[in-house]
Order: sequence, then C-alpha cells, then structure tokens
Amino acid sequence: MPEHLLDVENLQVSFATEDGLVRAVDEVSFTLDRGEVVAIVGESGSGKSVSVMTLMGLTRSPNSRFGGSARLKGRELISASEHELEGIRGKEIAMIFQDPISSLSPVHRIGDQIVEQIRAHEEISKAAAFDRAVELMERVGIPRAADRARSYPHEFSGGMRQRAMIAMALSLSPSVLIADEPTTALDVTIQAQILEEFKQLRATGDSGVIFVTHDLGVVADIADRVLVMYAGRVVEQGTLDQIFYDPQHPYTWGLLGSITRMDREPPRRLPAIPGLPPSMVNPPAGCHFRPRCPHEFARCAEVPALESRVPEAPGHSDRCWLELAEKRKRRVINGRIGLAEGTVIA
Amino acid sequence: MPLDPSLRSGGEDEPGGGLLSSAAVAPAPASGQDAFPGASAETPALGPWKLALRRLRRKRLALAFLALFVVLVLLCLLAPVYAADIAHTGPNQENIINTLSPQGIPIGPTLTSHYFFGADLNGRDLAVRLLYGGRNSLFIGAIATIIIIVFGTLFGLLCGYFRGVVDALLRPLMELIWSFPPVILGVAVGTALALGGIGPIKGNSLIVPALIIGVIYIPYLGKPIRGEVLRLREQDFVEAARVQGMGPWRIMLTEILPNVASTITVFIPLMLAYSILLESYLSFLGAGVQPPNASWGTLISDGLDYLDTAPHLALIPGAMLVLTVLSINVFGDAVRDALDPRATQHVKT
Amino acid sequence: MARFVVRRILSALALLFAVSVVVFGIFEIIPAYNPARAIAGRNASPTTVEEVSRKFGFDKPIYTQYLNTMKLIFTGQVIDYQDDLNVVDQFRERFGATLSLVIPAGLLWLVTAIVLGSISALKAGRLVDQGLMVLAIVGVSVPVFLLAFLLLYLLAFKTTIFPNTGYVGITVSPIQWAYHLILPWFSIAVLSVGFYSRILRSNLLDNINQDYVRTARAKGLPARQVFVRHVLRNSLMPIVTIFGLDFATLLGGAALVVETVFNIPGVGQYEAQAIGNLDVPPILVGSMLTAFFVVVFGALADLLYALLDPRVRLS
Repeated sequence: MPEHLLDVENLQVSFATEDGLVRAVDEVSFTLDRGEVVAIVGESGSGKSVSVMTLMGLTRSPNSRFGGSARLKGRELISASEHELEGIRGKEIAMIFQDPISSLSPVHRIGDQIVEQIRAHEEISKAAAFDRAVELMERVGIPRAADRARSYPHEFSGGMRQRAMIAMALSLSPSVLIADEPTTALDVTIQAQILEEFKQLRATGDSGVIFVTHDLGVVADIADRVLVMYAGRVVEQGTLDQIFYDPQHPYTWGLLGSITRMDREPPRRLPAIPGLPPSMVNPPAGCHFRPRCPHEFARCAEVPALESRVPEAPGHSDRCWLELAEKRKRRVINGRIGLAEGTVIA
Repeated sequence: MPLDPSLRSGGEDEPGGGLLSSAAVAPAPASGQDAFPGASAETPALGPWKLALRRLRRKRLALAFLALFVVLVLLCLLAPVYAADIAHTGPNQENIINTLSPQGIPIGPTLTSHYFFGADLNGRDLAVRLLYGGRNSLFIGAIATIIIIVFGTLFGLLCGYFRGVVDALLRPLMELIWSFPPVILGVAVGTALALGGIGPIKGNSLIVPALIIGVIYIPYLGKPIRGEVLRLREQDFVEAARVQGMGPWRIMLTEILPNVASTITVFIPLMLAYSILLESYLSFLGAGVQPPNASWGTLISDGLDYLDTAPHLALIPGAMLVLTVLSINVFGDAVRDALDPRATQHVKT
Repeated sequence: MARFVVRRILSALALLFAVSVVVFGIFEIIPAYNPARAIAGRNASPTTVEEVSRKFGFDKPIYTQYLNTMKLIFTGQVIDYQDDLNVVDQFRERFGATLSLVIPAGLLWLVTAIVLGSISALKAGRLVDQGLMVLAIVGVSVPVFLLAFLLLYLLAFKTTIFPNTGYVGITVSPIQWAYHLILPWFSIAVLSVGFYSRILRSNLLDNINQDYVRTARAKGLPARQVFVRHVLRNSLMPIVTIFGLDFATLLGGAALVVETVFNIPGVGQYEAQAIGNLDVPPILVGSMLTAFFVVVFGALADLLYALLDPRVRLS
C-alpha cells in the first residue's frame, strides 16, 4: 500500500491543569492523501482543534503531554524538534484559522504578512515576495490585489480577510492544508464563496485538506471522508456517503437528526441531544457518550474499539458495541435518522 | 483508562517545546464557549470569586507574606501593651544617662526586653518608638486607602456612567491631580498644611498626611474605574436593566459595581503599599508626620544622619517599612493573579 | 494632524493655567504663610516687612498677585523669595544636571525592564520568573531615599568605590561625569525597573496567547522573530505612554529626592529647597514646567502609538 500523505496513529494529547490532567485528545487515528478533503466534525470541546493544532506542534507547552504518532510523508511530527517543525510549518503543512480578524497581525500590512511567510522558508527578495503575494491574492479572488496588499487587516471585510489567509496559507504550496472552522465567523453568503475556493483547491489535486467544522451542511458540501469526534475520541469515520446514509454511532445519529430540512415542516421545538459533554478531567469509564445515549447497555462500560463493523465497508469504522442490524433499526425515528424521540425534527 | 506510559511532553531539544510555549494552550473544554472552567455534567461551575479564592489558597508564598503582614500589624497595634508590660517605657520617655556612650552614641540592639532594638539619640527605646511609629504609618496608610477606594470608585462610577457635565467637571480635575508628581504635590501641600492645618484639623494631626495622600492617589483608581464603567455601560445587561425601569443609582450599585469589584480588590493592597511609601517620603522631606508624632518615615529620616555611628537607627525602621510594604505587594500580586490568571500553569509532577 | 496639534496646544494651555492656579492657591490657604516675612528675614521689623510686602505686591488682591506673578514668569523676571535669584535663570542653569541624571537613567531602566520582563514572560511560572518578580517587587517596596543613602554609605563612604555625592559636568570630564552619576542612575532605575518589567511581563503574557501569534508560529517563523516582531512590539506600546509620563515628570523635577541626597544641582534639588522654604515662585515654575513636559510627552507618545498601530487614529 503506498504511503499516505499524512498518517495519524493513536494520537493522544493531555494537559496538566490546576484541576487535574485533561485528556483533550484520546486515541485519534486517521489518514490523508493528496487531493482528499477530510472533514473533522464535532462540537466545541470535542478535541478537533487540539488534534489538528498538535500536528503542527502548536499545542506544545510545559503542561502538555503527547502520545502516539503523526507522520507527514513518513516524517514523525510529534517528537520532532521545534527547529524541525519551524521548517515544516507553513511550507509542508499550512493552517487557516477560524477568526481572521484576530488571526492576522493588526499592525502589519496584509501583503507584508504574506511576504513574511514566504521569506521564512525561501531565499527571495522582499520585492519578489511581494509580487508573489499580490499574485496569490488575485488567485483567491481579491480584487485590486496590488492596492489591497498594502492595506491593514482591519480595512478588509471578513470574507476578504479569510481569502487573504487562504492566500497566505497557499503561498508555499503546502502538501497539507488544515482549515480550522474557516467559515464559522463569516456570513452564510461569504461562506459559500470561501467553500468554492476550497473546492477549486481540491480540483487541482496537489494537496490534502483537513477541514475542521461543526457544521454538517459544510461537510456535505465539501468532504470526501468524515471523522466524527466526541469528547476527545473519534467515534466514527468513513466516506461522506457512509456517514450520511449509513451512520453507525448514536452520536452521529444525533447530529444528523438535528439538521433542519427544507423539505419538511419547520419544527415546533429545536431538538438537542440532552445532557452535557463529559468532564475531560474525569471522563466516564468506557464509552464517553454512554451517559447521554438512550441505547446504552452493559457492554458500554468497556471502551468500544475503533473498528469497522460493516462487512462491506472496511474503511467505515466506529466505536459502538451495538450489532449492525440493531443500529440500522434504532436509528430510524419517525422515518428519519436520529438519536431518540424528542431529539429529532419530524 | 490508564495513561499511555509513552506519553512525553513537548519536543526533544527543548522541554515544553521552545521559546514561545511557556504559555500553556488552554485545554479544549475550558476554552469551549459552552463550558465553564471546572464545569461538566458532574462538577458544578464555580463563580469567579470562589475560583479566585481557590487559586489564592494555593499560593503558599503569598499567604506566608500575608501572615507576616498580619503579624507586623498586630505587633504595631499592640504597641501600648509592649510599652507598658515588656519594655516598661513610653515612646517619648528619654533616658539619656543609661543609653548613650560618652561620645554620644546610643546603644545598639540589646535583644532583651529593655531597648530591644537599642536606643535613639534621646535615649528613647527604639523598639517602642518603632511600634508606635508603625501604628501611625499604618493608620495613615489605611485612612488614605479608604479615601482612595471610596472616592476613586465614586468618581469613576459618576464620570463613567453619567458622562456629560459630571465627566466634564471631574475628569479634568482627576487628570490635573494625576499629572502632578505625587512627591512634589504631596510635599507642597503637606508643608503648607503642616503649618496651618485645614479647617478644624490641626496641622500636626495624622489626618493631614492621610488626607493628602488619599486625595493624591484618588485618580490612580478613579481613571481606570471610569474607563471600565464607560465600557460596561454599553453592554447589554445594563441596557436590559434600564429597560426594566431601574434608576441610574440602582443600576450603578447592582449591575456595574459588582463588575468593577475585582479591579477595586486588586487596587486595595496596591494603594495601601503606595500610601505607606508616600508617607515615608513626605516624612523624610518634613512634610508628613510632624513631631511629636513619629512614623517609620520620620524614624528613618532621623536615623540616616547617623548611619555610620548608629546604623540601627535608620536600618531597623527601614527594614520594618520594607518588609511591610513588600508583604503587601507580594500578597497584592497574588490577589491580582488569582482574579485574572493567564493561561500559565505550573508543571504538575 | 493639524487638529491634533491645535488640540494639544489648547489642552497644554489649559493645564498650565490650572496648575498655576492650584499651586498659587495652595499657599494662600495657609494663615501662617507670610512671604513678606520670609523675604525680609525672621528678625525684620514690622515696617520692613510692610515695605517688602508693598514692593512685591503682597498687599494686593490675590488675582492681581497671580497675574503679576504670571507676567513675571513669562517675561523671565520672576525672583525667588529666599535668595533673590532669578528663578527662570536658575532653572535654565540647573536643567543640564537634571537631563544628565534623567536621560541615562531612563534608558537604563527601559532597556533593563524590557530584558527582564521578556525573560520573565518567556519562562513564566518557572524559577527564573519567580525570582525576577520577587526582585522587581522588592525594587518597588524600598523608599528611594533609603536606597540612596544605603548605596552612598556602603559604596561611597565605607568603601570608596564611588564618589561621595557631587556633580561633574559632562563637558568638564565625561568619565567623571558618569562616575559621579552611576549611583544616582541606579537609584532611579531600581524603582522603575520593578514596575515596568512587571507591566511588560503582563502584556507579553497576554499577547503570547493571541490568535495572531499562533498564526505567526503556524507560518514557521523562527520563535525569536515571532517574539520580537509580533509579541514584543504589541506589548511595548502601552509602556510607551507610561514611560512618556514618567520621563516628563522627572524632567520637571520629580527626581528631587535623588538630586537632594546625591547633591546634584538639578531642578529637583531647587524645587525641594523651595518647598521647604515655602518659596512659591520656584514651585510655580517647576510645576508649570512639569505640566508642559507632561503634555509634550503625552502628545509624542500618542503620535508614536498612531505610527505603530494603524488601527489608532489621532483624535
């Protein structure tokens, strides 16, 4: 089997806090290949951002503890030295952050910030780098790029800022592009435009994209494969179709059940999965979702292994002990997929 | 689930991962918008004050200094007891014959109940004077701090909430006082008032320096509070209170004041330290505590001329002053950290 | 820009006016204040005192006195009560010594504070940080006069590593000039280093956790570059304003304690003597000078801020 572009195996990230050890990421594994878009879905606190930031070493601190491995083109990232990582960041892996206004330096011009990225890895004159920055900005659809490059972030609109960030991230043609909720802080209309950019990116087929989001609509629009995370663990992963049409984990059912649909009646009450995510200082033993799961049973006290339980789809794995047939029966509520009565929009 | 024994931190060549990772990344649940620190399905959320108190309880060094401060204060408050029962002499009782050498040099610390820290040039027991002087220094500091807190908060609230005319009047006043270097203003006013007093208060009363120091530092609290109130009054919860029909005073008291309370709390030890220090400056320059009263400032000032022959005269009150102010500052720092911690956590082993 | 300058000039005038009124007023409150007596001398006869009073205009109403004094100040003719010296001349002569004291001290404490604050922030929570912070706190807990005297006693009297007070002009001998000023520089710096390094540390820790710093790291910039170009730069800006104010007040004579203890013939020493003698004219001129510097440096700080942070508009 050819080597994957990115291979994450049993990634573990914990933080020592004044309340105890917080296990933010627990045995997360996935792969990424060129031309693929892998979406990581989960609510706030599920560990999705920490996972991807760890790939770039951005979560290192005196209180952080890491385990497992993440290999980029065969190179181990978790134990790489800070110096090695500085060479990889921006060049091999680039990241686009959630909130462009706070993620861009307010006191430097946009063009200069892109130049800074380029010159950190390439021997190139400031003028040449600036020209390239303008080119990149044009490529992502910023009009009058030559002028705009001399402007400051606060003079841009939200959508433009995010495009500038994308331009910056693409400046060195990285193999892996990580987008951490890039559209969450934007209007829906701008969101659509930004997603178009990503689709164009996928079309070129050079890089792999990891797209972190909590919005299933975005996932449906852009992802090839999906990872569903809950309380630090991957609870299900598979292709887009597999996740949307044959979801195996109750949490996924809950997520799908809470999507409003245009072809149905508007709901009387907005559904929600009852309960709160567990404390990551003292996570419950066994399956993390158990306290909120109406289908839990005795075996759930044992942590379900992440493995494929669908014979015809070996790439589709999940962490739920239920039998396949049981799953397919229980997830149907009032004719559509959901977690339980009252959490599904009819 | 047991922790993976192969867990390791940071990178290989630098513990914790390099120059910039001293600040810990806040773990995901604590930074999530819908989770309170420490909150989850099992543990209830703690309010900011309880959290601060818990953090404060863990800072042992600061608590040690707080204990030191309390001890020093108690000692000073018990000055009369010490004078009467241990030293058997008053702060102004002179006893030149037994305590001065033929060259006129007073005795140094005897570390016994009589003249524990030695005598001063008039044969008075330095330890007794130290405690009585401490009472005065602390008294002035406390009164000044109360003035600062009360009026600083009041002015800040009034200016920030009502703005308009009130702000136009009070703010330049605060700016004016604030632009004067404290020492110069204090010495000028102090010298002036030391002569004539003010109103019914006599010139050599302790209230005079307390009043002066208090007024000088009012803007140091008033300006930040004003800034915070200006910001707070635009927030939705204030708008909601207004819509509910609450009058401005009620809003200031019940909505805004609790939100500036943590700033005020941080300023209390800070202003106390500033006040005690400023008093020592004023007394050194003759514009603070007047004879026959003494304070640590006057004791140090008197003793500095004899650093060579009788160093204890200046050094012992000096040490006392520095220890007291230091304790307040260390504890004050800890209070500030507890109320507003950065995401820097100690590595727990 | 023009609006900015005009507004600052207006506020400077307003402040100068307010300061002069306040200082003038303070001394009028005291019943025991009798400048005529101070000028005439303690043992002067009542008639002499009256003559002096008439000569100086102390018998006139307050606002006339005030206007007269202001006129004298601005024409450079005002005399002090104690020694009959021209106040403005005195200030001019003494300003050089104060500059010699304040400028190097200011640079010293600023640079030291930046270094210490940065080290503390980068090693936050560890022993180095805790140690430096304790040192900083000690620095702000010691009264300057005590520190100055101790330094003098230990380093200039008991041992003769440093000269025992006095001042040598820089044009006379640069080496002697610096030699005599080292202890005073240190005394001033110790107090401020503690304060500034703690503020810088606090700002740095705030900024290190900002999103844009994370982006800078994600771009693969070397850590040093991220720190200086992004974190430090943004953290220094608030300090600029505070530094401007502190520097301004020192130029106006706030270093009076150090100047007095080390016998440096600067404006602060002059003001200290004047205050002790209730000699109003030097105090007036000194206060107004301070106010003037405060406005000038405040404006400079604002300009610098606007230059460094494009989000700020000069208002």
